[in-house]
Amino acid sequence: TEGERGECNLLAPLRTLTTSVCLPIDCPPSGERNEAIAASVDGRHPLSSLYCRKRRTSETEQAGLILPNGTPVDTSSLASSSSLLNRLQLDDDLDGETRDLFVTVEDPKKHVSTMETYITYRVCTKTTRTEFDLPEYSVRRRYQDFDWLRNKLEESQPTHLIPPLPEKFVMKGVVDRFSEEFVETRRKALDKFLKRVADHPVLSFNEHFNAFLSAKDLNKRQGLALLTKMGESVKYVTGGYKLRARPAEFAAMGDYLDLFTQKMGTIDRIAQRIIKEQSEFLMELREYGPVYSSWSSFEEDLHDPLEGVSGCMSNCSSALEELTEDMSEDFLPVLREYVLYIESMKNVLKKRDQVQAEYETKLEAVVFREDKKPPVPSDVEKCQDRVECFNADLKADWDRWENNKRQDFRQLLTGMADKNIQHYEKCLAAWESLVPLLQDKQEAEGETS
Amino acid sequence: MADSGSEDIAVIGNTDLTPSESENNVKNAMVEKGTSLLKKMEISVAEAEKRTGKNAVNMQETYTVYLIETRPVDAASEGTNPVPDSLWRRYSEFELLRNYLLVTYPFLVVPPLPEKRAEFVWHKLSADNMDPDFVERRRVGLENFLLRVASHPDLSSDKIFYSFLTEENGWKETVFETGFQAKADSRLKALNATFRVKNPDKRFAEMKHYGDELQSVISQLLRVRARAADRLYGVYKVHGNYGRVFSEWSAIEKEMGDGLQSAGHHMDAYAASVDDILEEEEHYADQLKEYLFYADALRAVCRKHELTQYELEMAAQDLTSKKQQREELATGTIRTFSLKGVTSKLFGQETPEQREAKLKMLETQIEEGEELVKERNAECEEFVKSAWVDIERFKEQKDHDLREALISYAIMQISMCKKGIQVWNNAKECFSKM
Repeated sequence: TEGERGECNLLAPLRTLTTSVCLPIDCPPSGERNEAIAASVDGRHPLSSLYCRKRRTSETEQAGLILPNGTPVDTSSLASSSSLLNRLQLDDDLDGETRDLFVTVEDPKKHVSTMETYITYRVCTKTTRTEFDLPEYSVRRRYQDFDWLRNKLEESQPTHLIPPLPEKFVMKGVVDRFSEEFVETRRKALDKFLKRVADHPVLSFNEHFNAFLSAKDLNKRQGLALLTKMGESVKYVTGGYKLRARPAEFAAMGDYLDLFTQKMGTIDRIAQRIIKEQSEFLMELREYGPVYSSWSSFEEDLHDPLEGVSGCMSNCSSALEELTEDMSEDFLPVLREYVLYIESMKNVLKKRDQVQAEYETKLEAVVFREDKKPPVPSDVEKCQDRVECFNADLKADWDRWENNKRQDFRQLLTGMADKNIQHYEKCLAAWESLVPLLQDKQEAEGETS
Repeated sequence: MADSGSEDIAVIGNTDLTPSESENNVKNAMVEKGTSLLKKMEISVAEAEKRTGKNAVNMQETYTVYLIETRPVDAASEGTNPVPDSLWRRYSEFELLRNYLLVTYPFLVVPPLPEKRAEFVWHKLSADNMDPDFVERRRVGLENFLLRVASHPDLSSDKIFYSFLTEENGWKETVFETGFQAKADSRLKALNATFRVKNPDKRFAEMKHYGDELQSVISQLLRVRARAADRLYGVYKVHGNYGRVFSEWSAIEKEMGDGLQSAGHHMDAYAASVDDILEEEEHYADQLKEYLFYADALRAVCRKHELTQYELEMAAQDLTSKKQQREELATGTIRTFSLKGVTSKLFGQETPEQREAKLKMLETQIEEGEELVKERNAECEEFVKSAWVDIERFKEQKDHDLREALISYAIMQISMCKKGIQVWNNAKECFSKM
């Protein structure tokens, strides 16, 4: 709330929402709020943030409340023991969140038809949530379907940061879309995408997500019908909106994302360059080793040592090849994913600006009206709500993103270090096993001479 | 130093042997198997200096001179450590010495000099003869040459070699006085001519073939190694860019900043480490180069043997034909086609007096010819005997030295891997603290 109060003094006279959580238990809803809650319950309403975002029965509602920043609410005094027992409790969550929805992407398969060739993946779901009819699902989905899901999530949850998908387009001829490596890289990224959605306290209850996981046939036209039904949708003011003052924290987010994107780009270029240099070194190494072998062919005493050296170099070549492959397959895609993520995050920031701009415009219109003491029009109030809910959602998701980013990069860079260590360890082992062989012979020579 | 041969296997199972220790093993082996000279005298090429002066065509030139230091072994072991005797020599004088040895001992595998011009260089190394690194490596190579000669059972007792080490002035004149130049020129001419030996000695033919193959394979090895060194340099240096970007990135992060910044420093260290690695590898390349040039020396011995044998065959052939001529003259029959035969048919035969005179001349020639054949035969036998002893010695030396070189190369690789593991472990620790 720091930024908002300070800069936007237009807002000051109006009552404001706090961005900390108002649990339904603590803040009994006013008439208007009821409407908002009701509308938000099925996850379609944009104001689907602070309050009951999930369609639940009362018991799970109480048992599973989670704050915007992801920490669980202590509801031990409220929940019934039976509901607690019903929930599947599993640890292993870094936030301390207990999960009740598990999703994996596995088993890629190629489909060949007369029209096209494509890959499908099996999406397995295990859950105890009552939003799902069954506790387990197994469906086949292709990239298109994931793309559809992401678009739906972006449309229906515009105040949230939607995790990125792996790149859609690949250059034909440059990348083999059906190679094992490419498919595996994609599978991992799709798996990560679904897991992030499943872990999100709001997104995971989205009905499109539910459909994606459970429907036998994904009727992608579903979305259109819902769109037209949507009551209050955030109208996007296209072009020419003026923002009085962007709250400092969101301005900082934008600046940070710009700089961060730059750094990601640089790191991507460096990583690619290293892979290139390593590949060229590998080429030379592949020529170098065999020369020792051909030398050994016309030597007697030196035959074994020279063969040994040749063998060592061959091992080092294999180790280096593995390193460059790993970096290409595991390191670069994650970097690229983050760049895509940031693109979509910047869009969300823009939308937030637009919502704020809309509110400010409406507010201005009201404030400068001729009438004295006008009642605050409900739609201005609604706009303000929108702004504040958006800000709250975004802030919560931003914190979540920062946390994930830290973990992701810690893992990514540690992984890079590990791969390099493993490469050197393989080479070390090869050379170390050669030296005593060379020295033994020497010993024997020394004794006989 | 006069005790057992344990020095050359002093490092059993020790993989922490440094390349310089390994080279010491080679040097110790030289002293061990060496003879009187190296046991009496310590030899080193201690320094290099630039000089300018006027050359043969009175033009100003810059050249490098090398300081040769000698010191009696006993004095050093007594601990008195007297000032060594020293003199300056330039590369061309080393060349003169070697040419003299080549001509005087054609049946020996004469140790080679370090290369005249830098070859098989990768981009960071300079091909300039004046470059300090090149000069330094040449200094080491020249010292190695002197030690090799001084440890050779035959070459070490050569007087010219001794005065090369001890008499600064007038040495050149002494060398030319031996008249080796004339021999060198005629040999060179003969060797450059194409000749075919009727009964080639199988052993020498095989040895020459081995020399060819060795030369070819080492050239190839050095070429590819230089290319690989270039690439490796690139790999390491690009990691330095990580250092910079991590530093920049850390500036916009809160909790991740420290970890990134320190990791960046390790990436810089990694990039910098390649310079030392490749410098050590140059050392290995020099060891290979020595044997590249040794292969040439080996081939030279085989070639000279061929020449010796050819000359013997020529003498024998000449003798046979003279004998035949005598027989023809004596019996009056002409078996072979000759101008004599034709002219005698056309113009009639010679007078008995003429024939008598010719016969007498032939007899003398035959006598001389038989002497020559005997001489050349003895020469050839002597050559084969001495050459083969030296070739055996060379084989053993080569096997020992190259094995040492391979061990030190393996140890270098081990050291490089260990350093790499350490740096990445350090970086990993920083990353894990992000």
